[in-house]
Amino acid sequence: MQPPQLSDRSPTSTGAATTLVAARHEPDRATDAVPALAVHDLTVAYRDRPAVWDVDLVLPAGHLIGVVGPNGAGKSTFIKAVVDVIPRVAGRVEVFGGPYRQNRRRVGYVPQRTSVDWDFPTTALDVVTMGTYGRLGWLRRVGRREKDEARTCLERVGLAELAGRQISELSGGQQQRVFLARALAQQADLYLMDEPFAGVDAVTEKSIVELLRDLRAAGKTVVCVHHDLETAPEYFDWVVMLNVGVIASGPMAEAFTVDNLRATYGGVVSAALRHADREKAAIAESLSAAPPAG
Amino acid sequence: MSVFIELWRDYTLRNVALGSALLGIVSGVLGCFAVLRRQSLLGDALSHAALPGICVAYLLTGSRAPLVLLAGAAVAAWLAATVLLRVVRDTVLGEDAALGIVLSTFFGFGVVLLTFIARSGGAGQAGLDRYLFGQAATLVADDVATMAVLGGIVLVVVALLYKELKLVTFDPGFAESLGFSTTRLGLFFTTLLVVAIAIGLQTVGVVLMAAMLIGPAVAARQWTDHLGRMLAISAFVGAASGIGGARISVTRSHLPTGPLVILVMTGLLAISLLFAPAHGAVWRLVRRRRGHGARVVAA
Repeated sequence: MQPPQLSDRSPTSTGAATTLVAARHEPDRATDAVPALAVHDLTVAYRDRPAVWDVDLVLPAGHLIGVVGPNGAGKSTFIKAVVDVIPRVAGRVEVFGGPYRQNRRRVGYVPQRTSVDWDFPTTALDVVTMGTYGRLGWLRRVGRREKDEARTCLERVGLAELAGRQISELSGGQQQRVFLARALAQQADLYLMDEPFAGVDAVTEKSIVELLRDLRAAGKTVVCVHHDLETAPEYFDWVVMLNVGVIASGPMAEAFTVDNLRATYGGVVSAALRHADREKAAIAESLSAAPPAG
Repeated sequence: MSVFIELWRDYTLRNVALGSALLGIVSGVLGCFAVLRRQSLLGDALSHAALPGICVAYLLTGSRAPLVLLAGAAVAAWLAATVLLRVVRDTVLGEDAALGIVLSTFFGFGVVLLTFIARSGGAGQAGLDRYLFGQAATLVADDVATMAVLGGIVLVVVALLYKELKLVTFDPGFAESLGFSTTRLGLFFTTLLVVAIAIGLQTVGVVLMAAMLIGPAVAARQWTDHLGRMLAISAFVGAASGIGGARISVTRSHLPTGPLVILVMTGLLAISLLFAPAHGAVWRLVRRRRGHGARVVAA
């Protein structure tokens, strides 16, 4: 729950390397308890091209965790491989100390909004109710209890009055909140979200951030694939930098360094620097403006 | 009312109408999922692929009993589905190309076998080509009973797996994350589709079967934004097409039932696309005109 701070952001010769080593081999103090998510040697490939290569990660419980990296870095692939949506070539995934398949009911998943056809003939409430299906299991039918739970979740994202609305009639931001409500209906302890801020308006973005903070305050762990480096330090307290492999993982204040950004967004050096500079400026600005809520 | 009395009195009409209606209900329900899964053409490929199965079953057993031939059809359709899955997974071909290739290969093979059987001149050879476009007039009470049992099984399975089918159709990734295997559900669904095709072969045949799956579903989608209601309306459109087509074909004799069923369904589909309240083209046009008028007034 520490606010993001600018630590030593000057490039040092060992910055990226030590963070990498720390992420891989030294358990963080916060992980003394069972980590929310532990990934070992995860490799995923599309045909012959590896999208995620040999990822080792231990993510502590109770944090808001941002996964950043350039396009095609395997961020979504990583999330999908964790929740069994795409097959792994190698590797193990543990959720709260047990295999994903055993503990999947403690995991809530928010896919990318654009991954489904919103012309599907159903209502917002019905989509949210799908969050209870995992608990119900095969063949058991949705009852009043599930509907009531779903209604409560819709209320929490501020869409109670749109429960009966056909989903194609919702705005992009409302659709995203329906997906979040569906994940809430899963009553999970670990939430994995694939770009929950993609294509939503500023008001929705703010309300989603508040929701995520509420979840953290309730002791939940949230892992978000995030595209916007400018807002990452404000929204998250832990960062994972991914580019096929893990470049860095740690508390925002320690891991969000120019060196790490350069290593993650490397290749096109100028682009990496532009990202980093913009980032630095933004953070400096946000710090001078007001201390972020923590 | 007199239509129904007539349906019950005339033995041939009763069988033809009941058989077509059963087919319409089953294919109407399954078609909804096929269309929403964007797999409209899967049914087309599988039904065409059934033809060589019918021929091989006849060549192996020498029997023309519908149950034997339909079993052959089901095996061939299933084989085609498996080939399709492998082609999509293991080659660079997209699903559309794979569908096209599987459909034409199996169907071509079936036509060759049909010709071979006709040339070799077995006593019973004449009956097989009726599976191309169906020949509902040859349905007897036993056939209808078989169709009813198979169709009943399909409907019960859909009712039991309604929640799972809905989830995997809307959001397969989320379904997988919850532990509902999309592969397993896909196989279930393909099996149900194969059964529906087997039901339809005697009535509308391998060539027109796809229309029975797609038409009622698309028509139903125009009338509702609710999946459950869509299934019901689709089943109704399918049944109405079946009974309507059967009635026209029996009263104006010598007109084939299968194509007439499809034509009636096309009529219902056209009405739905044009006049359904929320989605129909006519009402959309009216709304746009009104909206335009309102804007003019506002300006």
